[in-house]
Amino acid sequence: MKILETSGLKKFFYRLQALKGVDLHVEEGELVGLIGPNGSGKTTLFDCITGILKPSGGKVYFKDKDITNFKPDGSYKMGIGRTFQLAQLFPEMTVMENMLLAIQESQGSMLNRLFRIREDDNRNKALSLLEFLKIGHVRDEFAKNLSYGQQKLLDLGMVLMADPELILLDEPLAGVNRSLAVEIVERIRELRKNCGCTFIIIEHDMKVVMDLCERIVVLDYGEKIAEGTPEQIQNNEKVLSAYFGG
Amino acid sequence: MNTVKASKVTPLRASIGWLCLLGIFVLPAFSVSSQYILYLASLTCIYTLTAAGLNLILGYAGQISLAQAAFMGIGAYTVALLSTKLSFWVALPLGGGIAFVLGLVLGFPSLKVKHHYLAMITLGFNIIVYLILMNEQEITGGSYGVFNIPRPKAGPIDFTSNESYHILIALVTCFIMLLTYWTLNSQWGRAFKGIRENELRAEMLGVSLRNYKLLAFAIGSAFAGIAGGLLAPLLGYIDPTIFNLGFSFQFLLMVIVGGSGRFEGPFIGAIIITIFPEIFRVAERLYFVIFALAAMLILIFMPKGAVTLWDWLFQTITGREAPKLTK
Amino acid sequence: MILQLFIKGLSLGAVYALIAIGFSLLWQTSRTINFAQGEFVTLPAFLMVLLALVFKIPFALALILTIIISGLLLGYLMNRVLDRPLIEKGVLPLVVATIALGFMIRDSLIISWTPEALYFPSLVPKKPLHLGDATFSAVDLWNIFVATLIISGLHLFVKRTKTGKALQAVSQNRDVANILGINASKMILLAFLINAVIAGFSSILIAPIYMVKYDMGVELGLKAFYAAIIGGFNQTRGALLGGLLVGLIETFTAAYISTHYKGAFVLIVLMVVIVFKPEGLLGEKELYEYR
Ligand SMILES: Nc1ncnc2c1ncn2[C@@H]1O[C@H](COP(=O)(O)OP(=O)(O)O)[C@@H](O)[C@H]1O
Ligand SMILES: [Mg+2]
Repeated sequence: MKILETSGLKKFFYRLQALKGVDLHVEEGELVGLIGPNGSGKTTLFDCITGILKPSGGKVYFKDKDITNFKPDGSYKMGIGRTFQLAQLFPEMTVMENMLLAIQESQGSMLNRLFRIREDDNRNKALSLLEFLKIGHVRDEFAKNLSYGQQKLLDLGMVLMADPELILLDEPLAGVNRSLAVEIVERIRELRKNCGCTFIIIEHDMKVVMDLCERIVVLDYGEKIAEGTPEQIQNNEKVLSAYFGG
Repeated sequence: MNTVKASKVTPLRASIGWLCLLGIFVLPAFSVSSQYILYLASLTCIYTLTAAGLNLILGYAGQISLAQAAFMGIGAYTVALLSTKLSFWVALPLGGGIAFVLGLVLGFPSLKVKHHYLAMITLGFNIIVYLILMNEQEITGGSYGVFNIPRPKAGPIDFTSNESYHILIALVTCFIMLLTYWTLNSQWGRAFKGIRENELRAEMLGVSLRNYKLLAFAIGSAFAGIAGGLLAPLLGYIDPTIFNLGFSFQFLLMVIVGGSGRFEGPFIGAIIITIFPEIFRVAERLYFVIFALAAMLILIFMPKGAVTLWDWLFQTITGREAPKLTK
Repeated sequence: MILQLFIKGLSLGAVYALIAIGFSLLWQTSRTINFAQGEFVTLPAFLMVLLALVFKIPFALALILTIIISGLLLGYLMNRVLDRPLIEKGVLPLVVATIALGFMIRDSLIISWTPEALYFPSLVPKKPLHLGDATFSAVDLWNIFVATLIISGLHLFVKRTKTGKALQAVSQNRDVANILGINASKMILLAFLINAVIAGFSSILIAPIYMVKYDMGVELGLKAFYAAIIGGFNQTRGALLGGLLVGLIETFTAAYISTHYKGAFVLIVLMVVIVFKPEGLLGEKELYEYR
């Protein structure tokens, strides 16, 4: 079953066209890699899917529902979670509070929230996720005091709190050291085995992408120039020329 | 790593703390012989309440409002004009309610703009309310104001004397602070702080900016409305000039100088702004200059506000870190 | 009648524009929202009265001294003592500090001098002039003239000189300015000095109209603030347009609609601009940035 579809997605920044009508479709349970040179519009595509940016044209469907004009909070409640290229945290809140904020809005009504329903369940869940990501020991630290790698992990952890069906990861490995990168990839694999959720991953490390993803989509100058299995992409003329300018 | 132990806020300790606070608030009614000092104590309570509302908007939800004085004015005029016709006990909540609704409306621009733009809109609102109070003479009495605002009675209990009215103010203030405490420690408080810390991420985690920002504005403004409603009978007389822009600025000063985003902040700020000038009475009219200077110094040397001093005091005396009242 | 109001509005607006330019310069270079901007006009006015009327120093010399003193106090000192320590602590502490500064200047003036309004002579005769059936004062024309002179001077400085271009770079994009090797903190100091000097000049223009009083700056500061936002924080053009608009709206609404509510109409225009075109009429959208 199709979980996400974008058709003819366009985005202008003034005269600059960052997305030139991108068609993307993702099946449930897939792990799709999204690659492309810097500035090719990958992050912008995520922004348009999640509602952080309003697309200038085209449509976004999630589970056959038109979510083009949804705001980020709407798309999150629908089941789309994302991480950011630069970890976006709540710096002056503890790690635990960061995690708890990630789930509370998906449960109950405003009034329920005033009476802190399910706070204990949430806390337990946050704890086990933090353990899973191996940052349980810093749960009472302020997020701003975490190391860069820990911040990336927390960013990932927050997305996992509300069990989204579709997870968009924007360069989860950028800037982290090798052993942590291996660790994060390992976590993603494990997650996929256990939760059956769908991933779209933006990543620059080709080796990781080829290894991890079943299908790869390549963007260049806001256009989808190729799509296929890792082998197909590796041998694709257009992709090679986009990357090496050949 | 710092080795200072954190103090945990257990329900027992919290209750003791609240009783102490109530004591501090009410005490002047029984112990102070000078009517003037009692009046200052009443003012401190009222300021605390208004500043606490602003702290919710600014310190927790990270928005800015320069209209607290206007909302106080709305509450004060509601009580002044209606308490003889209806009853103080209806007029006070009504004033708060009107402030709540108007605060909700004033919150809408915060969904579109930030920083100085929001400051300007709220500031403009304050000026417009001021102009209305000044110019709609048939209703508000214009620049003459409203005289002989009575203090309330509740059956056999009479709040006419300064002492008893102070107790009423203290009780209302404490009660609302308790509600605030509870709200800020609920999941709402967390959402407010999330918006302050990182609006984009908060929204991306399902936090409805519209709901929470409007709520923060509405609640914060309602506090000011109630505080104004308490102020009118305290003074017995009100006119529009009380609720001018400068007064709103003073509340901003109180919150920032006291410590924004800290539960104790507004209280400390209110004490500083009412008591401090009195200490410098000797300096006569220079006191406000001294106060402004002190505010600047506090900002430069204690950017988190004077609450830093409290933290330090607590730690030196008890050897533990001061408790975090809101997470 | 319309021509008369138009000239009156332009003359007020020209002064608002002057004050607004410095204001938006401060915001652009250092993210300082100067709530004491009005007092930056008040103080030089008092200085002028002190020097020219009390000490009887010749007018031109008094003017030069006033500009120098206010440049030192409100430009240099303000930048060093208040702005430097607070600048990296965010927008808010600085806002509060400038509010406190405003209070302080006002109260010091009351205490050290007088809460009364003082008379300030006009440089040009207040003799009424006639054009058709319109009557206006030479002061109005003079204000428009001087303001135009100062604004064009500033404009040329920013566009033509190397220092001016550096200043512009800092106010438009700090990162790019850094890459170009521009010393941002020097440029911020320059912005403070320019602001103080321009405010000084505008006080000479406005004082004959408003009288010199401790709280004369309150309204002025706010108007400048409105002007900067309505026009857009965009170097000189935005503030100029905003200032003129505020002056015109004020004059015309006072004449045709209501004197009591003349302050309110400008505010309503302001709010509409903020909500529908927050970057201001001539401003550029600030880019959405989080990555
Ligand atoms: N907020 C914005 N305003 C203007 N241009 C932008 C904005 N965000 C991105 N761009 C431009 O859009 C293009 C695509 O950017 P982005 O999606 O971040 O690329 P990627 O994530 O693939 O590196 C780039 O040329 C970038 O400069
Ligand atoms: Mg990117």
